[in-house]
Amino acid sequence: MATDASATPLRVEDARKSYGKVAALAGVSFDVRPGELVGLLGPNGAGKTTAIRAIAGRVNLDAGHVHLFGRTLTPRDPRPEIGVVPQELAVYPKLTARENLEVFGELYGVSGAALKTRVGWALEWSDLKDRANEPTVRFSGGMKRRLNIACSLLHSPRIVLLDEPTVGVDPQSRERIYEMLSALQASGVSVVLTTHHLEEAESRCQRILIIDHGRIVASGTLDELVRSTLGNQRSVHLVIDAPWPSGAAAPAGARIEGDGRALHADLPDLGGSLTKLIDAIGLAGRRVIDVKLTGSTLHEVFIALTGRELRE
Amino acid sequence: MSVIRPLLRTAFLNVRRDRVVLAMVFVLPVMFFSIFATVFGNQRDSTSKIQVAVADLDQSDYSKKIVRALAAEGGLKVRTTEKEDGTGAVLDYQLAEALVKKGDVPVAVVLPKGYGTGGRLFARDESAPKVQLLADVSDPIAPQMVQGLLQKVSFTAAPDILATEGMGMLEKYGGPLTTEQRNSMADWQKQLATQGSGASEVVSNVGPAIEIVNVMQPGYGNVGIVSFYAAGIGVMFLLFSASGAGGALLDEEESGTLGRLVGSRAGMGGVLIGKWLFITLLGLLQLTVMFTWGMLVFNLPLLDHLPGFFVMSIVTSAAAAAFGLVLATISRSRAQLSGISTIVILAMSAVGGSMFPRFMMSEGMQKMGLVTFNAWALDGYIKVFWRNLPLIDLWPQVTVLVLLCGAFLFTARLAARRWETL
Repeated sequence: MATDASATPLRVEDARKSYGKVAALAGVSFDVRPGELVGLLGPNGAGKTTAIRAIAGRVNLDAGHVHLFGRTLTPRDPRPEIGVVPQELAVYPKLTARENLEVFGELYGVSGAALKTRVGWALEWSDLKDRANEPTVRFSGGMKRRLNIACSLLHSPRIVLLDEPTVGVDPQSRERIYEMLSALQASGVSVVLTTHHLEEAESRCQRILIIDHGRIVASGTLDELVRSTLGNQRSVHLVIDAPWPSGAAAPAGARIEGDGRALHADLPDLGGSLTKLIDAIGLAGRRVIDVKLTGSTLHEVFIALTGRELRE
Repeated sequence: MSVIRPLLRTAFLNVRRDRVVLAMVFVLPVMFFSIFATVFGNQRDSTSKIQVAVADLDQSDYSKKIVRALAAEGGLKVRTTEKEDGTGAVLDYQLAEALVKKGDVPVAVVLPKGYGTGGRLFARDESAPKVQLLADVSDPIAPQMVQGLLQKVSFTAAPDILATEGMGMLEKYGGPLTTEQRNSMADWQKQLATQGSGASEVVSNVGPAIEIVNVMQPGYGNVGIVSFYAAGIGVMFLLFSASGAGGALLDEEESGTLGRLVGSRAGMGGVLIGKWLFITLLGLLQLTVMFTWGMLVFNLPLLDHLPGFFVMSIVTSAAAAAFGLVLATISRSRAQLSGISTIVILAMSAVGGSMFPRFMMSEGMQKMGLVTFNAWALDGYIKVFWRNLPLIDLWPQVTVLVLLCGAFLFTARLAARRWETL
């Protein structure tokens, strides 16, 4: 049961869990490296929360394993290296921020001077020092979210699992939360989060896991995902300065749209094909005044992989 | 009308699909009506007889006739010996008093020496020994009923003696009878002596001199009813408090806090034990406040019974706390908990004696009451505050409440598994 500090912090191996006939996890495997921020994306019901709960020991897997720093865990094994931040605002509204932190710190085995130090750190880290002695019922949604995260970090976990940490908060608070997570990452903590915000995952996560129907359907950096899913194909929309000449054929692979001033083309190879297309437009006596490329975002990848929007 | 119809339909469907509301609307009122009707409507034949101990210290013909007449009364179950089955020592004053104090009988009749001589019914001699009713006045009905029946049998049990006393009074105030009159009366008396019946109209200044002796709490007035209601109401509200406090589990489950607690080193077992301890302490405080108020305002002798009070309050609070956790862990939501606890606690309180004393119930209902938590707790408090029994005598109540507490905790732990892992 010894922990190997050099081992992969977290490895999930062929995790399976069914509720009746519904397979919530149908063989999920992934790992998380030290100091990595991993985004777990998937539509509702894809298995994200079940995966988080399985790692946290709240779900008994039907098959498969969770390894923590080289240890293979059973559901009853303690997981002191993990901090779990639930999707709900799991703080006591009548207690102050400081009292909440003290309670959860003690419950997670921190006491005495260490508790005092950690509570001070958590208040500073979550930017709640000035409101430390106020009941949290008076806090804004963003403040409660920050406290919710801080309550899970008092025992200095080396892996933090966050289930939708930014749901229902304004953009400023979201930014603040990601700053907090970046600070954690910088200290070597591995972070796994589920989110509905694709643009956040795109810009913040080093690695993205897309889960659907209980399986990891793709994983990697954004570039890797785009390349492996969409290849080099891109969709291009061009706006030209005058309607396409009547009777003239559209350039190869393109089609004329709208009032004749818009062209759309699906290009298998952006580098060569786009140049040829623009040259063909010039030969027709028209000039390109706007170009819009699509097919390179996480959203496109997600739709291509799951066939549905993230919120479905 | 087009607006009313969908509104009615919605309301009807909501009620029809909410089993707790259905139970509150239809089952609870019928259940309470039945309990109250059974207790106060005297609907059943099995209404318990009043148990009476009779110590005949006189052993005269008259006193023996009184004892026989009391035994013949349908509403009484008379015993003249220490044991209920007629064995054991013949009752004297002390034995009869002990039976009342232990709660074996609610009232004992002591027929004093010299009771069989004259001056019993028409010419009370205040210095003459009086019949004593040793009463457990926490039961306000039994002593009054026995007193009334004693009055009655005093006139009907020995009509010959009644006639003799009547003649004596007539001669005293109306002058001596003639020899013929005296002979005629003597013949009639012989007939009366063999009859032993015939109603007499009792007026207020005639009849045997009876003294009711409060053997339980002399000097404290009618503190029995006060202690009964302090315990009865206290236990009922303790159950409500316990279920309400247990409901914090449901709030925590909804807010996600429970998941965080269960994930900590406390685990679900630790969480439940923590809640149980807190609710137990809260209940102990609640009962202490209640009884202190009773002491300050209603002269409840709390300070004289502190050890017994704390023993009973600790086990009662502990069992109530565990029961509250059972209700919370089997409920799916706060609203469901509220409905279930209202139904269960009110029913238990009615049957278990929190609303009215169990001695007012039929024997069957009294036995049924013993399946409830309340009955055992109340019996314990009555032993402490009313019967002045030593702590050791609380063992049946303490044992049952401790076992119930263990069973409730075990049940709550099993029910809470649904929150632990999925």
